[in-house]
Amino acid sequence: MTAAPALEAVDLTRRYQLEGVAVEALRGVSLSIGQGEFAAIIGPSGSGKSTLMHLLGCLDRPTSGQLRVNGVEMSHLTDTQLAELRNKTIGFVFQSFHLLARTTALENVALPLVYRGVGKAERRHRARAALESVGLGHRMEHRPSQMSGGEQQRVAIARALVGRPKVLLADEPTGNLDTRNGAEVMGMLDRLNSERGVAVVLVTHEPEVAEHARRQIHVRDGLIELDTAAEGRGA
Amino acid sequence: MRGRESFGMALEALRVNRLRSALTMLGVIIGVLAVVILVAVGTGAKDAVEKEISGLGTNIILVVPGRLSVGAAPTQSKLSLADVAYVRRVVGDPSKVTVSLQSGETVRVGGTEAFVTIVGTDQNLTNIFDRPVDKGRHLSETDVDTRRRVAVLGSEVADKLFGDLDPIGRQLTISGARFRVVGVYGKVGQTFGVSRDQEVHIPVTTAQRLLGIPRVNGIAVGASGPDEIEPLQSRVVAALADRYPGEQFSAVTQTQLLGTIGSVLGMLTGVLAAIAGISLLVGGVGVSNIMLVSVRERTREIGLRKALGARQRDVLSQFLIEAVLLTTLGGMIGIALGVGGALAIQALTPVPASITWWSVALAFGVSAAVGVFFGVAPARRAGRLDPVIALRAE
Repeated sequence: MTAAPALEAVDLTRRYQLEGVAVEALRGVSLSIGQGEFAAIIGPSGSGKSTLMHLLGCLDRPTSGQLRVNGVEMSHLTDTQLAELRNKTIGFVFQSFHLLARTTALENVALPLVYRGVGKAERRHRARAALESVGLGHRMEHRPSQMSGGEQQRVAIARALVGRPKVLLADEPTGNLDTRNGAEVMGMLDRLNSERGVAVVLVTHEPEVAEHARRQIHVRDGLIELDTAAEGRGA
Repeated sequence: MRGRESFGMALEALRVNRLRSALTMLGVIIGVLAVVILVAVGTGAKDAVEKEISGLGTNIILVVPGRLSVGAAPTQSKLSLADVAYVRRVVGDPSKVTVSLQSGETVRVGGTEAFVTIVGTDQNLTNIFDRPVDKGRHLSETDVDTRRRVAVLGSEVADKLFGDLDPIGRQLTISGARFRVVGVYGKVGQTFGVSRDQEVHIPVTTAQRLLGIPRVNGIAVGASGPDEIEPLQSRVVAALADRYPGEQFSAVTQTQLLGTIGSVLGMLTGVLAAIAGISLLVGGVGVSNIMLVSVRERTREIGLRKALGARQRDVLSQFLIEAVLLTTLGGMIGIALGVGGALAIQALTPVPASITWWSVALAFGVSAAVGVFFGVAPARRAGRLDPVIALRAE
C-alpha cells in the first residue's frame, strides 16, 4: 500500500482526572487502519474502546503517543485545524443518532457542509443525493420525531457521508435499533465500504455486529488484547 | 461558516423556542419602552416650558428688586414710577420699557365674582410682550396719564364675568371701585402653571391709587435684537445700582430663564432615562440567564456540531448572534411600542410628549450592546465545550 493509512496510532495513552483520581483509560495502543479497510473495535464497557474512538475521531487529544489521520500528525494541529480535519476526513455515526430535533432530514444531512462553507444550493443538492443513497429520498422534509429509529440512523449515515470522508467512525450504530433495522444499517455500512471505499471503524460490544468487519480489534483494560489483522499477517 | 449561516441558525433557534424567546425579549422590550417614553415625556415637558417662555415675546429683560432666587420671598420693592422714567432715559427708547404692579383682587359684575390678578401696567406692554387684543383696544398713554378707571380683561375673566355678552363698554367693580372694560385679550395660556388669561390689566397709575401703593413690582425692557440683550441688561442694572447705592437689582433675560429651566428639566430627563436604563440592564441580565440555560440545554447539540466540524468561533458566533438578535428584536419592538405609547400619551392626556431621535437611537444601540455584553459569557462557554463531554451529556 503506497498511500498513508487512513488512521495510524502509535502508543496512544489517555489519562483522565476523575474527581482527583487519575484513571488510565488507554495504556498504549498502536494500530493502523488502511484506506478502505473495515475494522471493528470490540470490547466490554469500560474497556477504553469509546476513548479510543474519540481519539481516532480527533474529538479528544491523547495524553501521549501519536495519531496520524490520512498521514497528518494531529498533535501539531490547533483546535480549529482539528475541527476542519474532522469536517473533511471523518464521518461520525452515533448510537443515539444525534440528529438536530425540529430540523428536517435534509438540513441535518447538510450540516457538515455548512461548516465547510458550501453554498446553500450546493448543500441541498448534495444532501439530497446522500439521502437518496441511503434510501430516504421520500423523507427529505421529515423531522427526526417523524421517523423510525432505523430511518433516523440512516439520516445520520447520510450526514456522515455527505462530506465524502476517508474514514467513518460508527459508535454502536445498532445499539438503539431492533434486529431488522440493525441488520439494514449494517448492510448499509458494508456497502459503503465495498462500493465507495470508505474505511469503516465500528465500535461495539456485540460480537455478532463485529462479525461484519473483516478485522476485529479486541480492547480490554486500555490495551489491545487481540487484533485479527496482526494474526493474519503473522500467519 | 459565513455570517449569514450563523444568522439563519440563530433566527431558527429563536423561532423554535418562541415562548422563551418572547419572555426573554420582554425584559428588553420593557426597558427600551421605558427609555423612549420617559425621555419623550421629559423632553415634551421641556419643550412645553420653553414654548411658554418664548410665547411671552422676544428679547425681553425683566428687572426686579433684590436678588432673584428660588425659595426666598421676593424683596419688597423700592422701585417707583420715577425709577421707570429713569430706566426709560437709560434705555433711550421710552416705548421699549413697561412696568408691572400686581395684586390679587376680587372683581364683581352684578352678582358674579371672580378672584383675579390685577396688573397695573402701561401702553408700552404690547411693545414688549406678545399680547394681542381680541376685542376693543389696549391701554393708552392717556389712560395712564389721567388715571382712567379702564380695564382690559384676560379671556377667561371675560368669559366668567360676562359670558356671551360683549364686555366692551360694560362696568365692573374692582375692590369697590368701578371700572369700564375697554378691551379683551386673546387667549395666551399659561406661564409656569399660572394662567395669564386670568389677568385684568388697568393703568399702573390707577392701580397705585386703588391699592394705595406708590411702588411698582417690576420693570420689563425690550431689546431691539438678540445681540442687544446682554449690553442692555448690564446697563440697566448698573444704572439702578448707581441710583440706589447698596441695593441689589436683578435683571433676567428669557435666554437665562430658558437656560436655567432647560438644564433643570434636562437633568430630570436624564434621571428618568437612567432609571429606565437600569430596567434595560435588568433585561440584559435576563438574556444572559436564558442564554446560559440554552447553552446547557443544547450541550449535546453543541457537541455534535463540533464533531461535524464546527470551530470554536462558529459555535460562539451562533450563540452570540442569538443573544444580540434577542435584544435587538426586543429593542425594535420596544421602540415601536415606546413611540406608539408616547404618541398615545400626547394625544390622550395633557402630558406633553416629544419623541427624540437620539433616545430612539440610544435605546437601540444600548439594547444591541446589552446583547453583546450579556451574550459573550454564555457564548464563550458554548464555544469552549469539550466535544467528548458535550456529546455524552444528557
